[in-house]
Amino acid sequence: MASGREIKTKIKSTQNMRKVTRALEMVSASKIRKAQERMRVSRPYARMMRQVIAHVAGATSEFKHPFLVERETVSRVGYIIVSTDRGLCGGLNANLFRKTLAEIRDWQSRGVEVDMVLIGQKAVQFFRRLKSVNLLGSTTHLGEKPRVEQLVGVVTLMLKAFSEGKLDRVKLGYNDFVNTMVQQPRLEALLPLPVAADEIIAEQGERGEGDTVLAVNMKREHDWDYIYEPEPEVVLEFVLNRYIESLVYQAALENLASEHAARMVAMKSASDNANKVIDELTLIYNKARQAAITQEISEIVGGAAAV
Amino acid sequence: MTTIRCDIVSAEAEIYHGEATLVIATGEQGELGIAPRHAPLITRLKPGHVEVIQENGERESFYVSGGILEVQPQVVTVLADTAARADDLDEAAALAAKEEAEKALADRSDEIEVAEAQARLAEAMAQLQALERMRRNLKH
Repeated sequence: MASGREIKTKIKSTQNMRKVTRALEMVSASKIRKAQERMRVSRPYARMMRQVIAHVAGATSEFKHPFLVERETVSRVGYIIVSTDRGLCGGLNANLFRKTLAEIRDWQSRGVEVDMVLIGQKAVQFFRRLKSVNLLGSTTHLGEKPRVEQLVGVVTLMLKAFSEGKLDRVKLGYNDFVNTMVQQPRLEALLPLPVAADEIIAEQGERGEGDTVLAVNMKREHDWDYIYEPEPEVVLEFVLNRYIESLVYQAALENLASEHAARMVAMKSASDNANKVIDELTLIYNKARQAAITQEISEIVGGAAAV
Repeated sequence: MTTIRCDIVSAEAEIYHGEATLVIATGEQGELGIAPRHAPLITRLKPGHVEVIQENGERESFYVSGGILEVQPQVVTVLADTAARADDLDEAAALAAKEEAEKALADRSDEIEVAEAQARLAEAMAQLQALERMRRNLKH
């Protein structure tokens, strides 16, 4: 059995660890509220943007923007993956990466090549090791307040590749914040828009709310058109770029809230485990102490009897 | 008097929401005054003021650094940019993102060494296990 001193140092170090995990847990608990608030204020923009896009996609314009046209063959797909910069958040990133990797392997088995842009340190660390995918760009260290400008670079890279015909599909991967206990890794189609609309309808059925109504609207033919100022090409390009940006921005916010939630839960269970270990060690320590005392007494008694 | 609903939002905040009799904005091709039942229109906005004239005659003015203005029969939507944006700035940001990825790729030497070391370690362990097994068989 280990000596009293050894057990005592073990207890001390576990207590120190518990201090750290508790602190991390509390930091995340306070940050999660701010992250949720940020998600909330950005929603109206995203909602209005979707409405405008549904109108735009519904208008019968003579000009068809490449983002609105589904291509028949898919030879290259692009992935935008949103991850965290820091670890210690349970399986959050790992779940998303596993899901993404499965899809990538699926594409590759059908001879489709994969391009990626990455947001967040963890995704960069994970995907740069894969030799079979082509890394187009990355951005890291978004911080607690992601700004749209930080994401413009990577989004522009993807959209340019799509417009030039280098990519036939673009998908977005992130962790959806359902609630504090549940975060869902999601891979959504971004471009072309009809594919994205099909996906939403497939997921929620035609009778869903919000997104679904817009998606159904997007698929229908309408008999009106906008007055475009200036040309339709220019305006549509601009509007669609902003739309994709807003989706990626929203994903970054969702992911941030998910990160804090996951970290909070992971750190809570770490603290609980530390408590359990400390309790066990304390019990062992006390037993060892008692055994030592008993032994001492019996030695004294034995010694006295021998005299 | 008829009114039209007006929503002004940016990605980081909801700026204005209410009824208006007239919305004035600086479109790319000049000033626009949107009255109720305007024809559907979509345009880019130049940096400048968006003015909303409410039913009671009060004016509210907001500065936007660019964005999109969409007019539907019942509603005017202004999607404001949060920061000054220009095409060459976007281009620069795209280049920066590309460079960052290239740096990450060039930088993977250390990672590869670790991975290689791990692979060698696994191999060595497998060999040791095989030896152990052979030794045990010889004893029997």
